[in-house]
Amino acid sequence: MTLDITLKHRFGDFALDVAFRAPAGVTALFGPSGSGKTTVIHAVAGLIRPDQGRISVGGVAVLDTAAGHALPPHRRRIGYVFQDARLFPHLTVRQNLLYGRWFAPKGSGPGLDRIVEMLGIGPLLARRPGALSGGERQRVAIGRAILSNPRLLALDEPLAALDDPRKAEILPYLERLRDDLGLPMLYVSHAMTEVARLADTVVLMAAGRVTAAGPAAEILSDPAIAPGLGLREAGAILTARVVEHSADGLTLLDSAAGPLWLPRVAAAPGARLRIRVLAQDVMLATERPAGISALNILPAILRDIRIGDGPGAMVRLEAGGEVLLARITRRSANALVLEPGKPVFAILKAVSVAQENVGAGE
Amino acid sequence: MTDWLTPDEWRAVALSLRVSFWATLASLPLGLLVAYALARWNFWGKQLLNGLVHLPLILPPVVTGYLLLVTFGRRGAVGQVLDHWFGIVLAFRWTGAALAAAVMAFPLMVRAMRLAIEAVDPRLEQAASTLGASRPMVFLTVTLPLILPGIIAGTILAFAKAMGEFGATITFVSNIPGQTETLPSAIYALLQVPGGEGPASRLVWVAILIAMAALLVSEWVARGVARRVSGQ
Repeated sequence: MTLDITLKHRFGDFALDVAFRAPAGVTALFGPSGSGKTTVIHAVAGLIRPDQGRISVGGVAVLDTAAGHALPPHRRRIGYVFQDARLFPHLTVRQNLLYGRWFAPKGSGPGLDRIVEMLGIGPLLARRPGALSGGERQRVAIGRAILSNPRLLALDEPLAALDDPRKAEILPYLERLRDDLGLPMLYVSHAMTEVARLADTVVLMAAGRVTAAGPAAEILSDPAIAPGLGLREAGAILTARVVEHSADGLTLLDSAAGPLWLPRVAAAPGARLRIRVLAQDVMLATERPAGISALNILPAILRDIRIGDGPGAMVRLEAGGEVLLARITRRSANALVLEPGKPVFAILKAVSVAQENVGAGE
Repeated sequence: MTDWLTPDEWRAVALSLRVSFWATLASLPLGLLVAYALARWNFWGKQLLNGLVHLPLILPPVVTGYLLLVTFGRRGAVGQVLDHWFGIVLAFRWTGAALAAAVMAFPLMVRAMRLAIEAVDPRLEQAASTLGASRPMVFLTVTLPLILPGIIAGTILAFAKAMGEFGATITFVSNIPGQTETLPSAIYALLQVPGGEGPASRLVWVAILIAMAALLVSEWVARGVARRVSGQ
């Protein structure tokens, strides 16, 4: 199921002009506020009528202004999760969840029990929305959208209104939905943590335009793009498998880049993980360092170095087929005579990988 | 149990209840439509409609009654047509009393409903549409349940107003015992004859009781609905 979007829209002095294709899986629309991502997702769901454009979901056009065709929102079958859950206050959680069932094609899509179990909202079914916490509300809203049996799930900054513990509570549920249901998702966010954990494809937006689009691992570790995401947010994504938990509170992982020690990860041995390694947490050495406290020393080849306007430089490394980003100073780059093709060692402190940057991977 | 009111007095009470019931019931759908239009739609002449709806609230009731007589009387523009084509006569009939009561109560009904509709978050309706509900289904399953307290409040208010309507009614349909003599008209008529204060005071008590009962019921129902609607 692919989503094809071409849109031109203008309101006030803001002009939106985008075109991109979202393949199956989770596509993240990432950009600062005011970049136009919400306009795009609204247009996809039919909540606004763009001046010009064509949107098709799995080859079926839901909007084609040239042909004067625009399906109303209720006939698009695009589940929408709003930033504010928007649960119906007069209905119980169960009734909220089943609301879309009245209108969905009969006998298809996941059942109530399965979604309730996946989202962990069983104990809430008899309650009313007013008696739920923010995180619970958002989980119910996600379940409600999925149970309307949509062809695409559109999530409009679903975690932005929640505090960090709540976000951390919901992210694993979203990962489960991604991995177990295979429902295509369009995920709008301005938080790199969420994008890095969830997205298969990333579409970067700025000032009403698409600045880059492609597979998440490639886009996020492209040194030409990474600084634009915010220097502190730049980082590469590694996939790894849990090998064992050790008695001293660490977990050993196996990745293509080499073995990794991280603080205890809440996943069973054998589980696949997706780890975001921030560029600012990676140190470089030209010789294997000895007598160092950092636990992870990965041999790598320097592929690309990009000098910034300031004192910094973004370095892209290749380690066993995986890409790593390192942010170092220009001075260090000169001192170590770094250039493409040079073998180096990437050094990563185990404790520098925050819990929120470790998620489930498929 | 029934002998503390004379048959004539009972007739007045029963007539008032009947007139108010039908006046309220018949204006309910129109009231909801007008309230919805005023709350949600932008159309040419919106302020005019708003003014027209509220006019009976500020006009002297006798003027409203006169206008009804001129329009719906046997020789009135609309009355003639109704009589000729449908055999419906409103002037000096209980149906006319119901029409007068409905017109007088209409602004109160519309106001209460309009406030309730304006308080509904349109973003909830938007959410319902993304879940597959068409516009009419959104109204039935989201908007209507959420404005139910307002509808109930407006209906009871209109009923109470209809029960008490006097000026426009007596001008439009006079007070013919058993035909158009409603509770207020009966009280007024009794007070015009010597020694009528006794029977009048009994009717006054009936009027107070009915009004109080209506208020209490509406409070009770609206509170229950409001609790449900607020999501608690």
